[in-house]
Amino acid sequence: MTRTAILVTQEPHSALEPVREMISACMQCGTCSASCPNAEAMDMSPRRMWRLTLLGQQEQVFASTAFWLCSNCYSCSLRCPRGLPLTRAMNALKRIAAQGGDKALARKGAFYRTFMDNVRRHGRVQETELMQRWFLAMKSPALAMQFAPLGLKLMAKGKVHLTAPHAPEVTSLEPLFHKAAEMEGQP
Amino acid sequence: MMTKQKHDQSETSRGMKKQIKYAYYPGCSLTGTAVEFDASTRALLARLGADLVDIPDWTCCGASAGQAVSELLAFALPARNLALAERDLAGRDVLAPCSACYLNLLAAREEARADRALSARVEEVLLAEGLTWENFTEVRHLLDVLAFDVGPDAIAGQISHSLEGFSLAPYYGCQTLRPYAQFDDPERPVSMEAILTATGAHIHTWDKGARCCGASLATTHRAAALPRIQEVLDAATGADAIVTVCPMCQMNLESFQKQAGIREPMTILYLPQLLGLAMGLSRHELMLDKNLALTRGFMDKFTAGPPPPPVPEEEGVAIGEAD
Repeated sequence: MTRTAILVTQEPHSALEPVREMISACMQCGTCSASCPNAEAMDMSPRRMWRLTLLGQQEQVFASTAFWLCSNCYSCSLRCPRGLPLTRAMNALKRIAAQGGDKALARKGAFYRTFMDNVRRHGRVQETELMQRWFLAMKSPALAMQFAPLGLKLMAKGKVHLTAPHAPEVTSLEPLFHKAAEMEGQP
Repeated sequence: MMTKQKHDQSETSRGMKKQIKYAYYPGCSLTGTAVEFDASTRALLARLGADLVDIPDWTCCGASAGQAVSELLAFALPARNLALAERDLAGRDVLAPCSACYLNLLAAREEARADRALSARVEEVLLAEGLTWENFTEVRHLLDVLAFDVGPDAIAGQISHSLEGFSLAPYYGCQTLRPYAQFDDPERPVSMEAILTATGAHIHTWDKGARCCGASLATTHRAAALPRIQEVLDAATGADAIVTVCPMCQMNLESFQKQAGIREPMTILYLPQLLGLAMGLSRHELMLDKNLALTRGFMDKFTAGPPPPPVPEEEGVAIGEAD
């Protein structure tokens, strides 16, 4: 865990602004860090990451692994004495990081993007296709191999199939996705 | 106690008690990797006299990916299903067995009720499909329904195969409990205990029932998730099974036991599977063959039945001779 001093140069117009607004009442008590089950795997504590966010230190925040390691357990959100929506803020960081145009960051968010593309096309998640497309997006045979043992177990149980079964006939979500993208100002 | 009071009030405001009709939202996992959660939930609730109707044309709630891609879709996707339930199944609470689905549906309801601007934006998205959403439907988790609508007494009344002698570790996970504490204490949950002891089993004492299993990190950052899985499994040592109420928890705890360094395989069962066994539902109805961690030891112990009541030796002999 890095313990270098935080530079105090405010950058108010950073991409972090929406997240900074969400956590602006943070008083740096550290309850989030103490509550986080994944803090030990992060390269900086949630408390430190929120401080950097408040200071608009975009580079340091987006270079960190901390927010990618949030597992949405909501322990910090529940315990935050300021009642801040910290888990939502973690997700907002994933979202903003992946959409900023940086390829390495987009790769880190590839699973979520692939998941939502799957939902957009099928209405209900097709797990086999989701995993296949994610492995392709990551261009990582090693990643695919990591999932082979579980995949085989699930196949033996008849829970997944090599080729995705026909998607159930549900109403297309295309209009909703299209409208949301339009309202959020995305292509 | 606060949570229970809240229920009583909402029951009064709905003008009915123990509503046992639900608009059922299976969610994507329950059509695939958690198909046994779906089958056992339906079989158990049918036995308990509940009336489930699937929400017609339901679609994905966005899972944990929604928020990481689009803030608006993260609310609009679950809201779409709530709008369908309002339109087609008005008067029924929405019932979701999957914790992630439950939380997304609940979050859409709660956040839209608290924030008119957000609500208006979500409504605008839904209008693209011609749907209106008034946000009056309640969202219930399977555990909430079993613990408070059905209740431990009704469950005890159906037990045909006592689980006396079994020690069970109730595992609640995260998203049934947090961040909106609807029916249990999110730090020290207890709602599963009374329905588990209704089977004759006793509760394995541990403090990991509300601790994170690593969730989707088991997919995206495996190395970070394994210590979470190990911590939960280790703490269950001595129990006959861990009982889950979430497909993600179930998958993580049953699939990665070896990788997490666990030597003695631990049985992991969904709550409706466990209750169904004690009510005499068949292995086929409960789809026990789909489980990845159901030990022979557990099933042998179940088949053997509860231990015979201890009989004082002398008395037994005396009675035998008298006959």
